Parts: sequence; structure tokens; C-alpha cells
Amino acid sequence: MTTMTHETEITADDKVPVIRITRQFDAPPAKVFRAHVDPALLAQWLGPRDLEMTVDYFDCRTGGAYRYVQRRGEDEFGFHGSFHEVRPNEVIVQTFTFEGVPDGVALDRAQFEALEDGGTRLTVTSLVGSFEERAAILASGMEHGVREGYEKLDELLRGTAG
Amino acid sequence: MPGDALSRVFAAVSDPIRRDMVARLADGDATVNELAEPYDVTVQAVSKHLKVLEDAGLVSRSRDAQRRPVHLEAEVFDLMTKWIERYRRQADERYRRLDEVLRAMPDDEQPPPPPRQSNRGRKRGHDDHDA
Repeated sequence: MTTMTHETEITADDKVPVIRITRQFDAPPAKVFRAHVDPALLAQWLGPRDLEMTVDYFDCRTGGAYRYVQRRGEDEFGFHGSFHEVRPNEVIVQTFTFEGVPDGVALDRAQFEALEDGGTRLTVTSLVGSFEERAAILASGMEHGVREGYEKLDELLRGTAG
Repeated sequence: MPGDALSRVFAAVSDPIRRDMVARLADGDATVNELAEPYDVTVQAVSKHLKVLEDAGLVSRSRDAQRRPVHLEAEVFDLMTKWIERYRRQADERYRRLDEVLRAMPDDEQPPPPPRQSNRGRKRGHDDHDA
């Protein structure tokens, strides 16, 4: 195993409103999987450092559910969903809702694939309800807050930036 | 609304013909007939695709009634790729944090033990979150 930093690849599918993220890790699937299912570990990496993440509940097994809140100052971003299928070190299929857009739901599939060098390839496929929804998600970056995203987009569309 | 504007941009380039048209317009302005040439579709169909690109603000057409060359609004196109790149960068930052967490995790730890509640009877879990 090398200790280089791997590229994060992102693809937006043409045919279906899917965002696919691929990334390799210098750790075996068991470890990468555990960092996803142990809420104490998850809280260390999921959100940006300036957001404080509180796990409300997190029951990562088939039929389980989760909710967590990210806070920055006065701002609170809640997220929740269900675990549809969880197979240790292989796959996590879950729903994902940003509570700011309660009717929006993504179906996320995280696959953990063992690599010959002992590492893991993680592929996260996120299917949303429509191309418009996907555009909004890509535009907002979600975790940075929809408002901030739209403000910046406003600026860009007005041609005041750059 | 900017969200809608961006949706239109994404929707506009979700079609392979329109993406190809955008790529060709990046080389320079072209008329509808020129654009229609390589495709096995009618000029009307190409005009329809152009209308979608135009509504999204990706292309503009001059008022010159005879030729009306189509012009690519490169800034709008850049905007879209910028937003995808921004999203990618956020995912990348997240996974760099995960790299660190993985490095800090002990190597020898066993995978999570199988459920061991059999001697306690009930499966636990459902009662601690009725959300």
C-alpha cells in the first residue's frame, strides 16, 4: 500500500439523475466500512471541520435508521434516512434527506471493493428524484448550506465575480 | 431563481447531441444548417435543441436574420463545470478527512462482532428511535 493521496472522481450520469463518486483508500474494506458505520468515527470525517456534527441516532444495519445534525453558529442542518441494506465490508444502501428540503430524498449506494494492494475502492452512487434536484444539489454542495451556494451562484450569474 | 437557471443548464447538457453541439460551438460560431450537418436529424430537430440551449443561456443567436450564427456563452458553460468541480472538491476534502481517520484507526481490530443478543432474547434497536 502506498500512502499517496488519491483522486476523488465525480460523474454526473446523462441518462438518470445520478451523481457517482469514486475514491480509493489505503485501508482494507473492513476498516473503511467501520469508519462509515461507527457514528463516533463518522462524525470525525463526514462534515467540514467548521461544522459540529451531533448524531441523534445511528443504527447502521438493514432496516435501521439515522439522523444527525450539523451546526455552525446559529445555523443547523439536519439529515436523516433509513438503512435499506447493510452488508458488512461490502455495501450500504441508504436513503438520505436534507431536512431543509424535506420532500427531497436520495437513494445512496456505497460499495466497498477490496483492491489487490490491500486498499479499498469506494463507489458512492446517489440517485435523486429529478435532474433539477441533482442540479440543485451540485450547485449547493449541500454541506456548505443551500443559501451560501445560491448567494455565490447569484453573484456568478450576475457576472460580478471574476 | 438561480437554482432554476442552473437546472436548465444541467438539463440542457444532459442530451448527447446538445453536448456535442456545445463542443463544436466552442471552436467557433456556426449556423443552424452547419450544426445540423453531422446529425441524422432534421434542421427542425436541431432548432429545438438550440432552443433548449438558448433558454438555458448557454448559447445566443445574433439578430442577423439571414445567417443567425449561434454563439456559445462560454461563461455560463464554465459556471456549470465550476459547480461540479466545487462539489468534487468538497467530496475530496471529506475523503481526505476519512484518510486521516483510517490512519488513526488500529490495524488489528476485528470486524464488528456478529450480533450476540441471542441469550438476551429480544433484538434490540427499534425502541430507541421512533422517528
